[in-house]
Amino acid sequence: MNPITWATSPWGREVPIHIAWYLMWLALIAGLLFVIVHALYVGFVAGPKKFARNDAPETLAAVPERVPRHSMAARAFHWIMAASMFVLLFTAFLPKAGIKFNWVAYHWIAGLVLTVSILFHIVHASFFMDFWSIWPDRIDLRDARRRLLLAVGKDAPLPDRFAKYPLENKFYHAVILLSGLAVICTGLFMMKRVNTGGLFTRNPYLFSDMTWGMMYVLHGLAGVGLIALIVVHVYFGIRPEKLPITRSMIFGWMSRDFYLEEHDPQRWAVPDNAASTKKRGYQASDAD
Amino acid sequence: MAVIRDVMPAFDLLQPGAAADAQKLLQKHGEDAWAIAGGLDSFDWLKDRIKKPKVLIDLSGIDELKGIRTTAGGIEIGAMTTLTEIAEHPRIRDDYALLAEAVEHVASPQIRNQGTLGGNVAQDARCWYYRDGWPCYRAGGNICYADTPVGRNREHAILGASRCVAVHPSDSAPALIALDAQFVILTPQGERIVNAEEFFVGPEIEITRLNILRPGDLLTAIRIPSAWAGAKFYFEKVRDRNVWDFALMNVASAMVVKDGAIDRMRIAVGAAAPRPLRLKAVEDAVRGKPANAATGEMAGRLAIQGAVPLQFNAYKIPLMRNLVKRAIAGVEEAA
Repeated sequence: MNPITWATSPWGREVPIHIAWYLMWLALIAGLLFVIVHALYVGFVAGPKKFARNDAPETLAAVPERVPRHSMAARAFHWIMAASMFVLLFTAFLPKAGIKFNWVAYHWIAGLVLTVSILFHIVHASFFMDFWSIWPDRIDLRDARRRLLLAVGKDAPLPDRFAKYPLENKFYHAVILLSGLAVICTGLFMMKRVNTGGLFTRNPYLFSDMTWGMMYVLHGLAGVGLIALIVVHVYFGIRPEKLPITRSMIFGWMSRDFYLEEHDPQRWAVPDNAASTKKRGYQASDAD
Repeated sequence: MAVIRDVMPAFDLLQPGAAADAQKLLQKHGEDAWAIAGGLDSFDWLKDRIKKPKVLIDLSGIDELKGIRTTAGGIEIGAMTTLTEIAEHPRIRDDYALLAEAVEHVASPQIRNQGTLGGNVAQDARCWYYRDGWPCYRAGGNICYADTPVGRNREHAILGASRCVAVHPSDSAPALIALDAQFVILTPQGERIVNAEEFFVGPEIEITRLNILRPGDLLTAIRIPSAWAGAKFYFEKVRDRNVWDFALMNVASAMVVKDGAIDRMRIAVGAAAPRPLRLKAVEDAVRGKPANAATGEMAGRLAIQGAVPLQFNAYKIPLMRNLVKRAIAGVEEAA
């Protein structure tokens, strides 16, 4: 049950060549187990969400019916990345699961699409969005502690509502960022090993066997990690209480009621230009 | 690499007397089992200790897998029938001379006496990096040692390569494709019959196998329909040593000519790609045309479209073009 498959190189050295493929089943099972445990917890154990509220009347009055959440560019990035991620996972793991097809070209092309979309996202998020909105802040950590204490029946002040993104969302983003960067960085080098129709000049001796082996292992570990992460992401995307967020990733906006229920206008302010479009509501906002 | 040569690793030897029993044993032992027919490919692997099966299933005692039978639709050849029997069989020599000629070109008389048709089509790749136990793609690794600027790839593929560039070494396979043969496979789910060209699989689909046989599967027979019996056949094998060697390339074709024009044709080449390659585009292009040098020239050029040579095998492109040309026009006319 070694999680890494080893081989003897032509020079007699033991080198890793890739992960053991049972890890993909392990990741799938881990993802599904999380889904089951979470669904049971929410269904039978967790109480209703409680937040501290102190919205000023003028703040409430400024919130439009449709609160812009994701700009067209952000949504396009998300769905392009999602499509490429699914292509990558299916082309990587279906052949290992026994469904054989010509997968290599589809895999690296989807990998390039993912790479370009991530590069776009990095630039877009760094210079055209509120870069820090996706990273945990002090209030997130304070409120996480409060929520934990309340969940286990201890006394604690009510937590504030979320900023643009809940803490769990921020952690998920951080983990998928690490996994994504790992598969992209290793994947780009791995394209030097295969025939990409002249896009990359093949050079399988760019690194030593050990370095190449570690690269394949890292690529595989991040890849199977993404199986679990995507299972969890899709699960949250279709949970009833999360559907307004999912819909906002399609249409760009969320309802005023949902916004005021879950999000703190002090921490995630509605852009000024959105207030003037109260009925039609949505105007693409890259300001976040 | 510390490899002990010529001393086989220990294994359990199982000798079933029926095909169904052999299939059950293969199914029971899965990846640990190794089916041995004539043993000519197998003993290389075992003596070099590259493959170390726990169980060896010897098929030589299964009579139902041997012999050549006439059926309503043609003939059926048991997978364990030796190549010599096939080459000498009167019905095959009369009606399917293409196959007789192809198996006569396999290795040496001694090997043909021992080697079987099933073993010949199911044999493994001859790439020396792979055969030497290097962790290449075909061995489950992540590199092709042959497809590098300094790799020894003179015998490797010019078409259909995908990461692995090893070619299929069989001489009988192109002939069976040209004869539109069917392969009968006993699987855990029952009997499965596939067309010859579907039996072989390229690395883009299955990089660690050359055919569709999976653990638990047993190739039992090969059926050749009468549709091509008595057609105009052509087989040619080019090799470094004419007395005994694997093909640098081979070509097999079956052609029916009516009123001076090609009515229908099947043609396949071996050792050009990781699987024996049926040239469907050539078959379509020559239909209705005379079987002469001009048609052969056109077909040869068509056949090599998309060929990508490696560092040391560019010679295979004109070789393939000329073999296809000769298969259509005949040696004399093509010259």
